Amino acid sequence: MEEEAEKEKMVKVYIMGREFEVPATLNIVKAFEYAGYRFVRGIGCRGGYCGACATVYRFKDDYRLNFALACQKAVEDGMYLTILPFVPAEKAQYELDKLKPRGTVLLELYPEIARCVACNTCTKACPQELEVMDYVQAAIRGDIKELSNLSFDCIQCGLCAMRCPAEIVPYNVGQLARRLYGKYVAPQAKHTHARVEEIHACVFDEELDNYSILVKEDVEKLKKIYVEREIKVG
Amino acid sequence: MSKTIRLDSTEAAKFAAKIQERSGEPIDMCFQCGECSSACPVSSDMDLMPSTLVRFTQLGLKDELINAKTIWVCASCFHCVTRCPKGIDIAKVAEALRQELLRKKLDYVEVRDLSMEERQEIPQIAIISNLRKFSR
Amino acid sequence: MKIPYFPGCSLKTIGEGFEKSAIASAAILDFELEELPRWVCCGTVSSLTTDDLMHHLAPIRNLIRVEDIKETQLVTLCSVCYSTLKRSNALVKNDPEKLKTMNQFMDKENEYQGSVKVLHFLELLREMGFDKIKEKVKKPLRGLTLSPYYGCLLVRPKEFGIDNPEDPTILQELTKALGADVIDNPYQLKCCGSYHTVDKPNLVADLGYKILTYARNSGADALVLSCPLCAFNLDNRQREIKRQYPDFVEIPILYFTQLMALAFDLGEEKLGFDIHYVDPVPLLKEKQLLIDSLPLIKEK
Repeated sequence: MEEEAEKEKMVKVYIMGREFEVPATLNIVKAFEYAGYRFVRGIGCRGGYCGACATVYRFKDDYRLNFALACQKAVEDGMYLTILPFVPAEKAQYELDKLKPRGTVLLELYPEIARCVACNTCTKACPQELEVMDYVQAAIRGDIKELSNLSFDCIQCGLCAMRCPAEIVPYNVGQLARRLYGKYVAPQAKHTHARVEEIHACVFDEELDNYSILVKEDVEKLKKIYVEREIKVG
Repeated sequence: MSKTIRLDSTEAAKFAAKIQERSGEPIDMCFQCGECSSACPVSSDMDLMPSTLVRFTQLGLKDELINAKTIWVCASCFHCVTRCPKGIDIAKVAEALRQELLRKKLDYVEVRDLSMEERQEIPQIAIISNLRKFSR
Repeated sequence: MKIPYFPGCSLKTIGEGFEKSAIASAAILDFELEELPRWVCCGTVSSLTTDDLMHHLAPIRNLIRVEDIKETQLVTLCSVCYSTLKRSNALVKNDPEKLKTMNQFMDKENEYQGSVKVLHFLELLREMGFDKIKEKVKKPLRGLTLSPYYGCLLVRPKEFGIDNPEDPTILQELTKALGADVIDNPYQLKCCGSYHTVDKPNLVADLGYKILTYARNSGADALVLSCPLCAFNLDNRQREIKRQYPDFVEIPILYFTQLMALAFDLGEEKLGFDIHYVDPVPLLKEKQLLIDSLPLIKEK
């Protein structure tokens, strides 16, 4: 009895058409590995941050196409699975220092955003549940702030770019907007600037040199200094 | 200049029916009064007059139609339909003909071909509408 | 009265003065233009083939968002947005099958019930009566002669136009109510070249030359219109016109709402003249219609 309860619950999945029984506790990446596949490329951090393992799946008898990060999505009974290695996408070449944060810059570098028909397919494809279509629309009207806010949690997995019928690469547009926003629009942290100036003025050089000597000569002392260092809270 | 046009009746009729259906316009009602051609503000740049475009569509002259400059000159300003005694919207006929090419990936305008100056100057309303008409 | 308003992309960029002056003037007439939440680009031109629903999604999605905020009207300023939204609305109202298909595509969004009416701001003005507008005028546009320009989508095709497609008067009535003089321009309905400004700027310059030169030769000081694409083709493209036609004399282009804001005396910051290609300020100063130039001669 006890043994039976401990036995792992198994689900039936279809990997590139072939049926497999895999433990229900596995995510899609691990289910592949359990079934005997080995990933040499195309799988990154396995922690849901890098976006390399974005994939699509369907359920048996369901027309809908579903989207997920394969390392984050637990397998379910009846899933049809695959792994997408890579979504080819073009990124515009620019020098951020030479750009101006005016609204039209997005259309200049990515003029194909004008082809957006607001079909919302990108939003449906986003495993981060971002309002991708809304941010592409913000790009068309040049609203850099809105665009950076809406695209903030993008991990550049590429699913939106693959699904877009207008062949737009939304995540690159979002990235450009966030860079512009960070560099030119968002309020700058004054204390950071002050610290950078101190660094340029070599205020900390002597202190750092002393630590460098300790790295070579007295690591224990360095550890003690580290443990006893002053920590500002709040 | 006279030109002999050979009609392949089946193919031509099929093409005419396709354009009629895609445009949703009663193309067969046209009796060549020419009001549309006189109303068209851009006919000077056209090779086929709007009324000729409709006539050729009735006849299903596919090659003449999809190779005509006219379908890329029409500005969809709806002067023609306003004047047409039969209410035929030739802008829709031109769009149905353009789609014959655009749906086969034969774009007339490629957005990446616009120069950086053009991209900076031309407002989105113009670029978006142009792409809707001239790109797949 | 609060009314949901659809700006469209241009009013956030090249038509900034159009939007600012419209919102300010509307307030004088007790309309509060409230920007539609999460609006998307209308698509600018309506899809003209019977089998293409994809390009109607954006307009219908905007109308769903009007229903989402429990409203039944949507007012536009741009003639292009007006036409596109109105045409898609009519399409689905007349064809329940197409509406069903689009609603199914919308997935988790609410279905469109077809309850929204699309209006152009000029229609609101006509409904309230030009006499009422005249009453609000503080600084009549005396001495200013204008050539109204309709272009295409405001009045054509006639099922989707706001006025007689061959002989519209709505802009004339408004400009007269504001105290300006109006000339007849036979080119008032002629196309400005529209989207050809991208691929055939020379054709656009030809058309602009005819429209603007007629206005100038008939004694107009400026053109008045309601479409940001016409405004670009007739204002910014004057550079190309000049290149093609050395005899061409520049003429300013004004949005009808800028005239209203001037006549209602709402201050220069509401007008957005700084982004016009042909600066209307010297003209308006000459006509003593801008405050900062000469002491204003107050009308009784």
